[in-house]
Amino acid sequence: MKRIIVCLKQAVDVSQLKVDSASRQLLTASAPRKMSDFDKNGLDEAIKIKEKLGDAEVCTVTVSSEDAKAVLREGLAMGADRAYLVSDPGLKDMDTSGTAYVLSEAVRKIGEYSLILCGETSLDSFSGLVGPRLAELLNLPQMTSVRKITVEGDTVIAERTLEEAVETMKAKMPALVSVTREINQPRIPSLMMIMRASKKEIVTWTASDLNLQKNKIDSKIELIEVLAPKTERKKIKITGENPQEIADKLAKALIQDGIIGR
Amino acid sequence: MSEHRGVFVFSDKHDLTLEILGKAREIADRLQTELSAVLIGHNLQERADEMIRCGADKVYLADNQALERFQAEAYLGVLYGLALGYKPEIILIGSTKNGKPLAARLATRLETGCVPDCARLSVDEQKRLVGDRITYGGNAVARVTFKKKPQIATVPARAFEKPEPKDRKGQLVQLDVKIEQPKTETIETKPLETSNVRIEEAEVIVSCGRGLEKKEDKVLLDELATALCGQVGCSRPLAEDRKWFSEWVGLSGHKVKPKLYIACGISGVIQHVAGIRDAKVIVAINKDPEAPIFEIADYGVVGNLYEILPALKEAVKKQLQ
Repeated sequence: MKRIIVCLKQAVDVSQLKVDSASRQLLTASAPRKMSDFDKNGLDEAIKIKEKLGDAEVCTVTVSSEDAKAVLREGLAMGADRAYLVSDPGLKDMDTSGTAYVLSEAVRKIGEYSLILCGETSLDSFSGLVGPRLAELLNLPQMTSVRKITVEGDTVIAERTLEEAVETMKAKMPALVSVTREINQPRIPSLMMIMRASKKEIVTWTASDLNLQKNKIDSKIELIEVLAPKTERKKIKITGENPQEIADKLAKALIQDGIIGR
Repeated sequence: MSEHRGVFVFSDKHDLTLEILGKAREIADRLQTELSAVLIGHNLQERADEMIRCGADKVYLADNQALERFQAEAYLGVLYGLALGYKPEIILIGSTKNGKPLAARLATRLETGCVPDCARLSVDEQKRLVGDRITYGGNAVARVTFKKKPQIATVPARAFEKPEPKDRKGQLVQLDVKIEQPKTETIETKPLETSNVRIEEAEVIVSCGRGLEKKEDKVLLDELATALCGQVGCSRPLAEDRKWFSEWVGLSGHKVKPKLYIACGISGVIQHVAGIRDAKVIVAINKDPEAPIFEIADYGVVGNLYEILPALKEAVKKQLQ
């Protein structure tokens, strides 16, 4: 049986994030959370691979606070077989090195596997580092920016989109693949699936369950500030009697600004 | 921590290396230390000279046939060996599709921090590297520094200007390379099926969003773009959902910095705005006077793009004659 492990992140839903315009501070505490989009693509792909292979199992894992169980629940409803949550007050404020380290220990505890799927990046922090860091820690072949995956025997073939090229790569499994949003349109679970998933168990581990080492959890970077960018746009509304008048005024303004011209 | 000295720069894209060298030269001067470029590949020696003229004091050359094209483990092995041997305090890596994972794995191997996609870089009073990066889907800029050395940051293309090459001297150091065993094999590489124009390089972009009703209506944008010697772009839904385009402008797509960005029927969700923030002038055309795009536009037109675009094309032609 092939096991596919999918790393999930409970991310801040950035489309619903509000900013305090006076202080430029983000109101992250009150913002809703959801499964990071890219991870959802990863999970959908894992389920697709399982459906194709037949004899396979999909496990999801997340490092987060207890309320991330909602994300794991959603994953189970989509079709994951098992869900693992690593949650510990000592795991707050980790950077990507800490997250990847905790994930690597969780993956080792889950056991043998053929594939690890990650989202190319996360919806909120948008770093794109955890996948490659995890591959390095587990000494795995790594394929990033992947828009297509094919499993053939003990080989995984992945199509990567680079800046100007599409690269098809292969690697012996186990391997780690980071997927882009192009790869699929994630399924929406049916009510029946949601009901069934609500009965499934979510395995919860603490830092001591994984024998985590403190120095590997400690953040290697320091966040100085996070502020909404200043926008210094002119915000001039151009109006007129008819479209041509508006267009003429706009063209004139752009020429005066030196933006268009001969 | 104090034993680390020097700034290293590497990118798998030559132009990006040069861009980063310009900024890295300032940083190295500020830290009164040496700036080195790392050149990995085969028969690329002539590039070393250009790197020196763009600011490098030294170029470390890893020349080997096995390094002719990018291979994750092989390139990682070279950089890891260099970092262990020379202990730089800063390593700046071009944030390309291959470069970013490379930086992440290098940082992991060196048990240090990595700050990706720094659009600004500076040095603080404690001589630590400080990077600014867009986060929270474009809602914020995070300013980040490091607690460990080497400090690894990745730098996106066009964040910094390529420096004017100067007549300066530098040292070329040939490395004795051991090739780390690759874990992946490239079977095929073909060009990405896109419009062969690079939208990042466009001076003028006429871009459309969900306000465009039919695929055929793109012609309205094409015509205006032609009149302005620009290119056509779109927002994510038109590429990913409707499949009318193969690429899009935005945080998850192309980040652009044209002189003029004309957003037509684009509501202006934060992820799209993050991709156009560096445009010099933004024009928004939208039917909805409440559309958030007007908040970040220099010129806003509340109106129907089907009427405004042809009129604007005529106006531009008339004015430029």
